[in-house]
Amino acid sequence: MRSDGARSTIGLRIGAVAGLLFLHLPLALIFLYAFTTEEKSYAFPPPDYTLKWFAVAWERQDIWNAMALSLQVGITATVAAIILGTLAAAALARTRFFGREAVSLLIILPIALPGVVTGIALRSAFDLAEIPFSFWTIVLGHATFCVVVVYNNAVARLRRTSPSMMEASLDLGADSLQTFRYVMLPNLATALLAGGMLAFALSFDEVIVTTFTAGQQSTLPIWMLTELVRPRQRPVTNVVAVFVVAITLLPILGAYYLTRGTEQVAGQGK
Amino acid sequence: MMDASTAGAPVPRERLSLRISDFLFERPRLLILLLLGAPLLWIGVVYVGSLLAMLTQSFFSIDEFTGQVVYEFTFKTYAQLFRPSNLDIIVRTVIMATCVTITGALIAFPIAYYAARYASGRVKALFYIAVMLPLWSSYLVRVYAWKLILANEGVLNWGVEQVGLSPVRDAILALPVIGGASLSFSYIGTFLVFVYLWLPFMILPIQASLERVPLTMIEASGDLGARPRQTFRKVVLPLAIPGVVAGSIFTFSLTLGDYIAPQIVGSSRLFLGQAVYVYQGTAGNLPLAAAFSVVPILVMAVYLVVAKRLGAFNAL
Repeated sequence: MRSDGARSTIGLRIGAVAGLLFLHLPLALIFLYAFTTEEKSYAFPPPDYTLKWFAVAWERQDIWNAMALSLQVGITATVAAIILGTLAAAALARTRFFGREAVSLLIILPIALPGVVTGIALRSAFDLAEIPFSFWTIVLGHATFCVVVVYNNAVARLRRTSPSMMEASLDLGADSLQTFRYVMLPNLATALLAGGMLAFALSFDEVIVTTFTAGQQSTLPIWMLTELVRPRQRPVTNVVAVFVVAITLLPILGAYYLTRGTEQVAGQGK
Repeated sequence: MMDASTAGAPVPRERLSLRISDFLFERPRLLILLLLGAPLLWIGVVYVGSLLAMLTQSFFSIDEFTGQVVYEFTFKTYAQLFRPSNLDIIVRTVIMATCVTITGALIAFPIAYYAARYASGRVKALFYIAVMLPLWSSYLVRVYAWKLILANEGVLNWGVEQVGLSPVRDAILALPVIGGASLSFSYIGTFLVFVYLWLPFMILPIQASLERVPLTMIEASGDLGARPRQTFRKVVLPLAIPGVVAGSIFTFSLTLGDYIAPQIVGSSRLFLGQAVYVYQGTAGNLPLAAAFSVVPILVMAVYLVVAKRLGAFNAL
């Protein structure tokens, strides 16, 4: 429904704004504490402000290692998710066949079930199959729940793309591969990019499944978790937190701008 | 659908790729199978395989003396699950999930209602981004933020002392069960973190269901003599319920499985997710951890069946 010019009550406005503040003010605190001079406690207000923690964080090799691992895992899992998610979306978007509902449920399952279930399930499987923890065990877990994100984006776009375009391309003599490359891909591209970006943000930030599949390896969120449980230099953790927020913020905003307004393209209205 | 074979018929020799295309076009089922092969293999083998592995693990047991897993079929581990201390964990978690869900819905509703009904243009986009950003990013950072807020020397206590409310705080902390040594070591703290973490998951489906309420229906209600309050209660609210239920699927499921938040902010008494983590890690009792994680699956299965009846899936 669209705004009809009716005025909202003051109570509703206060409720909405207060809710949004509740959602965002705590994050501001993370930024503030990255500049505090107090490193042993979370004293508020901070006694004084300094930039030195950024320099300290920069020098820490363990942070760089964790970040490198997180980036590698994120990129690998995203690539796998884009390929698998697109294939699944292409198969399920406009078709009807026996077991279709079951298959789409299966794809959504990794995010419908609590993360700890996915984690312990993978851990059980690695244990039974005697697979040692490695880079690939982390990727395996991440890709599994990243597929859903790409799949959702791709399916939504495919449903809005007219199938007659594809038929026209085939009529005009293109083969399936050409049709995919020149007709479907340009249509899908932004949806896939958006899905990929969200998948990357999800993977870069993931900690619940990762603790079960990483063994002794340390991704950036796992590094942070260790610091939270056994704090060493608290403000350094804040610097890393600020960085994690920044690096996940960009792909999410990117994904938003890429998919914004696509509902109107097909003329479906609200 | 048109007939693909007529398109290529007059051409005597086609490119191989075209022949393959035609071949597949005439056999849509084969095409679906080829497309689905890789993703199904992945989800089927990696995920479902893992779930089955977990289920299998839960029927093994641990040798009390050696601490090694005995790979023999037994119900012993499930018997352990029903010990009073473990049942406590399950009940505690389900109660927490219920409280978090209800509170989340109450806080989310005004935001969703305003965004759906009154916001437009830039404000609406702003609302959307403001809700979506925390949904996709920085789970751990957001838990951490509450450790800063609730710490004894932190901002909340600072604020409480500024306005002279420390007796109230102390009275709340002195309450049995939900109280504790300080806010960051109490159920209240854990509860606040959960509500905060899952709020966006509640807002978006409610907003989606509210946006689908046709304006004409609200006008009709007004024309028929209902006051705005009546319209809200009798027309808007019932239509928003599927959205609330859809949101509650997330808040409920996420609370059931989370083990990070109560570990960082909370008392020493375990929640379900923590129990899974502790048993598989330090205790080395993978079978009991697996049995524990069957619980949220069952709870969610029941929850999903009820939610489906309430029409939640149309609101997703």
